Amino acid sequence: MNNQKLAIHALNQRRTIVEMVHAAASGHPGGSLSATDILAMLYFEVMDITADNVKTIDRDRFVLSKGHASPALYAVLCEKGFLDHDQLVNGFRQIDTDFQGHPNMNEVDGVDMSTGSLGQGLSAAVGMALANKIDHKPYRVYALIGDGESEEGQIWEAAMAAAHYQLDNLCVIVDYNHLQIDGNVDEVIGPSPLDAKFKAFGFHVETVDGHDFDQLRAAFHQARLIKHQPTAIIAKTTKGKGVSFMEDNPSWHGSAPNDEQFEIAMRDLEGNHE
Amino acid sequence: MSKETRTAYGETLAKLVKTNKDIIVLDADLSSATKTNLVKKVEPEQHYNCGIAEGNMMGIAAGLAASGKTVFASTFAMFAAGRAFEQIRNSIAYPKLNVKICATHAGLSVGEDGASHQAVEDIALMRSVPNMQVFVPSDQYATAKVIEYVATTKEPSYVRLGRSKVEDIYGPDSSIDLFKPNILHHGSNHKVLLLSTGLMSAMALEVAKKMDLTMADMICIKPWDALALTQLIQDYDMIVTCEEHSRIGGLYSAICELVCATAPKPVNCVAINDTFGESGKAKDVLNKYGLTQQHIEHVVTYMLDQH
Ligand SMILES: Cc1ncc(C[n+]2csc(CCOP(=O)(O)OP(=O)(O)O)c2C)c(N)n1
Ligand SMILES: [Mg+2]
Repeated sequence: MNNQKLAIHALNQRRTIVEMVHAAASGHPGGSLSATDILAMLYFEVMDITADNVKTIDRDRFVLSKGHASPALYAVLCEKGFLDHDQLVNGFRQIDTDFQGHPNMNEVDGVDMSTGSLGQGLSAAVGMALANKIDHKPYRVYALIGDGESEEGQIWEAAMAAAHYQLDNLCVIVDYNHLQIDGNVDEVIGPSPLDAKFKAFGFHVETVDGHDFDQLRAAFHQARLIKHQPTAIIAKTTKGKGVSFMEDNPSWHGSAPNDEQFEIAMRDLEGNHE
Repeated sequence: MSKETRTAYGETLAKLVKTNKDIIVLDADLSSATKTNLVKKVEPEQHYNCGIAEGNMMGIAAGLAASGKTVFASTFAMFAAGRAFEQIRNSIAYPKLNVKICATHAGLSVGEDGASHQAVEDIALMRSVPNMQVFVPSDQYATAKVIEYVATTKEPSYVRLGRSKVEDIYGPDSSIDLFKPNILHHGSNHKVLLLSTGLMSAMALEVAKKMDLTMADMICIKPWDALALTQLIQDYDMIVTCEEHSRIGGLYSAICELVCATAPKPVNCVAINDTFGESGKAKDVLNKYGLTQQHIEHVVTYMLDQH
């Protein structure tokens, strides 16, 4: 798919994210918007996921280890045509709907793992990649973690296991937006240097601009070629990407825009493709 | 008036750190939600952020306590009692170290974040650990009292706090006994006694007034004053317990354990069935999972009809 088309998908996803969080008056826009281009690339180009295979496990799978970014996942599943836009926007985080604040694999087709407790999704992704090896299945497993999330020890337990079992069918993407709830990651606890850490843990490492489709494409391509090693893609991103007043502002980690802010956000995300 | 118990916690702790320099407060990237940021504002050198690493935070807490500090460690109940359970058990409770685990966002009233964040098992988990004191304050005044108390003790404690605002059931001058049942309403009906804890207590109190029942608020779940509780229970035919927790292992279980051993009588509960919660506004979730005043009235009426 060409970059222009990907950009249109990503813009639609961003609009859906803002609509969902605004309608629910609750949710996590910042880390959803930073991950949107990565998800557009994965779901529209890298992964073999279609309406025909979405309900099966015989396809590439994606684990949203940073489960609070559920709007980003729901939005791309919606953009793929797997979910109804209005049901999603009106149902997100509401009682009696499938669209849990943190995604539940038993409620939404295309959600491959239930997540929300940071640090746990990557281990599950390791398990999936291992199962594909055991069963000689060609499918790949992708997991998205947050930079703050990488402070969990379990991330590094999972990394050690992934390298030990030579899971070259596993690709971890770090949404390196430099922010967590209490502020800048380097001020909170300092996970850097992430690239050197993953390398030391036995990963092949690619560092890219997480909003540049060419760089993302090249990194995912490279990951596929690497044998006997898992890959970590360190994607440098901007939290709140695309919405002027949310960009790089930690206070938009987990708060929803009011009506006025919503109007501004939607104008920021208008684009000229319609 | 009403206030979140987590806010009362942060405000009380922010006062204590000014005079008690042995207090160290730890958080795991949730200090604006747990309200330990109020401590950071006034005494930044007594506040340490451990990042998103709750197991490690409990270990650091243990080491600080083993070095003479009085440690308050905060995160959401799910990531304290849940994720860091075994660190709490083996590094804090077993060596009986001076760590106060003040866990916020307990129960279904977390609301929109959904089941992954709604700890409905934490009382059961923490209550089953030897050496651990378990407190579930029901309003801002009870919270302040609990925090002031645990700061003076040397034992490990678990304090369960909530996200949502709760109505006051005490006042600034109320005499609150942390270990005895606090009788907030005396009713003339001696068939059913209401024993409640946490966010349910304000609702149970309303029911007690409406149905002329006796209602007591239980702040300490362990170790409580069993003698005082047994004496109170003696005067009633049946008991209904109320808690924002699974019916397995919380107040209901603790009361059943006591009653079975002393004076068996029917005990029923208003609690969460053996199921996970879901996303929704706190009010909607509490209603769907059976934690409202109407649900309490319903269970009491059922008990009265049955016996
Ligand atoms: C185990 C665990 N601890 C704490 C939280 C609460 N929490 C949700 S998001 C978040 C910050 C995440 O930061 P980061 O991983 O950098 O995510 P992003 O910036 O991409 O949104 C925290 C602490 C959680 N969900 N799980
Ligand atoms: Mg981040």
